Amino acid sequence: MLTPAYIAQQFINALNMGSIYALVAIGLTVVYGILRLINFAHGDMMTLGAYLGLAVLTALALPAWAALLIPMLVVGALGVLIERLAYRPLRGAPEVAMLITSLAISSLIQNGATMTLTAQPRPVRLPAELTQRVDVLGVNFAVMDVVIVGLAVALMIALTLFVQRTTLGIAMRACSENVRVTQLMGVDVNRVIAVAFAISAGLAAVAGVLWSGKFGLVDPFTGFVPGLKAFVAAVIGGIGNIPGAMLGGYLLGFAEVFFVAFTPPEVSGYRDAFVFVLLLVVLLVRPTGLLGAREVNRA
Amino acid sequence: MLSVQDLHVYYGRIHALKGISLQVSAGEIVALIGSNGAGKTTTLTTLSGLLRPREGRILFEGHDLTHLPAHQIVRLGVVHCPEGRQVFARLSVIENLRLAAAHRADRDGVARDLERVYALFPILAERRGQYAGTLSGGEQQMLAIGRALMSRPRLLLLDEPSLGLAPMVVETIFRVIEALRRDGVTILLVEQNAYQALRLADRAYVMETGYIKASGPARALADDPAVKAAYLGG
Repeated sequence: MLTPAYIAQQFINALNMGSIYALVAIGLTVVYGILRLINFAHGDMMTLGAYLGLAVLTALALPAWAALLIPMLVVGALGVLIERLAYRPLRGAPEVAMLITSLAISSLIQNGATMTLTAQPRPVRLPAELTQRVDVLGVNFAVMDVVIVGLAVALMIALTLFVQRTTLGIAMRACSENVRVTQLMGVDVNRVIAVAFAISAGLAAVAGVLWSGKFGLVDPFTGFVPGLKAFVAAVIGGIGNIPGAMLGGYLLGFAEVFFVAFTPPEVSGYRDAFVFVLLLVVLLVRPTGLLGAREVNRA
Repeated sequence: MLSVQDLHVYYGRIHALKGISLQVSAGEIVALIGSNGAGKTTTLTTLSGLLRPREGRILFEGHDLTHLPAHQIVRLGVVHCPEGRQVFARLSVIENLRLAAAHRADRDGVARDLERVYALFPILAERRGQYAGTLSGGEQQMLAIGRALMSRPRLLLLDEPSLGLAPMVVETIFRVIEALRRDGVTILLVEQNAYQALRLADRAYVMETGYIKASGPARALADDPAVKAAYLGG
């Protein structure tokens, strides 16, 4: 069972899962960093992205790249709209008010999808060129596996450049340290927050398309479990910290896939519980997560 | 230049400013002195738009700032350098400076101002790539002032620039404030160090528990027996 080829395949699988968790975790961490909001509706942005991607592929019969781009843009815009209508009026209220609101939005999307699209899972059939399997040195994988990892890495590099090099990126990092003082710099923080939500929801939508493509299904709860796990990934990495979310996403992907791969079926069924145990262990050792800010000098 | 009329500010139910009125003319340094909790910082925070007055008006060169968002107040030239430095610890020195100029369209002007900040505080040029959180307290204060200058202030609201700093650094800071006055920057200065503030300022207001208790030319206040006894250690 533990042949090199099997391990290599699990490795690819882990890279896939890790890439998706990382994309979702980044969105959670970006928003949390600025608003201290744990966005429970984040996984539902994945679900919406997955449905939209499916619609683009089937109803519109557009090519695969459009099934990534259109959900990213549409759901990104929706993220901005939700912030505007639901979260902005609550700014300055206790943090728990926004958290409850995000739960409400999550329920709304899940119920809405169930009522209009039914809870019946819909098959997602990828174009043949993506399902085609390749054999490299005895390791067998699909083109889609490469697309998932390549796209996720490209998006993460783009985001890192944006956050490090552009003024808007600097403003985002400043906001995550102190929103009030950022305003004193002449920065319109509402604009910064809108951009953060666009990035957050847009990346989740892409992750949703990739997820539904990988597993071949979408239903109204598609994003729920990966959304929770991405939250775990963000906390493991140090919530609020973007490289931390990436690291946490991949760590979680590897831990989960190898847990399932190397344990007997009667144990591997506990994969979701295992993820949370992993979280507990990390937090016991490093309460602020792996790359989380230790208290910075703010005297 | 700045006219503040009958400002009332509350923190929840606490009445923090009870009808503050003050004027600042172009080119002046005006000091706001008084003991802890008198409302000095609250006054500046309200002027910069982070706090909203329940009553009163704030006029700056014909603009009504009373209900403007904070970032627009900065863009009109009223720049607040907050108490306790408040530099962005996880941004580099140059990023802190760039951020404060991000709203400006005049690239040449920004480049000139950056040179000016480096000329005033050469240490910042040396440390431009370092995280602001790794700077010493004095260097952070220099960065905080430099950052405010990058927003091109016409009225600079300076809150406790000398608090907790070594005497030599305090000297540097006050020298820079004088240099800014020569450059035509108008300054409203909040200082715990009333002696230094009155030496530097043209005029001053003395605050106590949310009121303005006295005002006048700085020299006259420095000689006033009551002010002397309360704030200058007799």
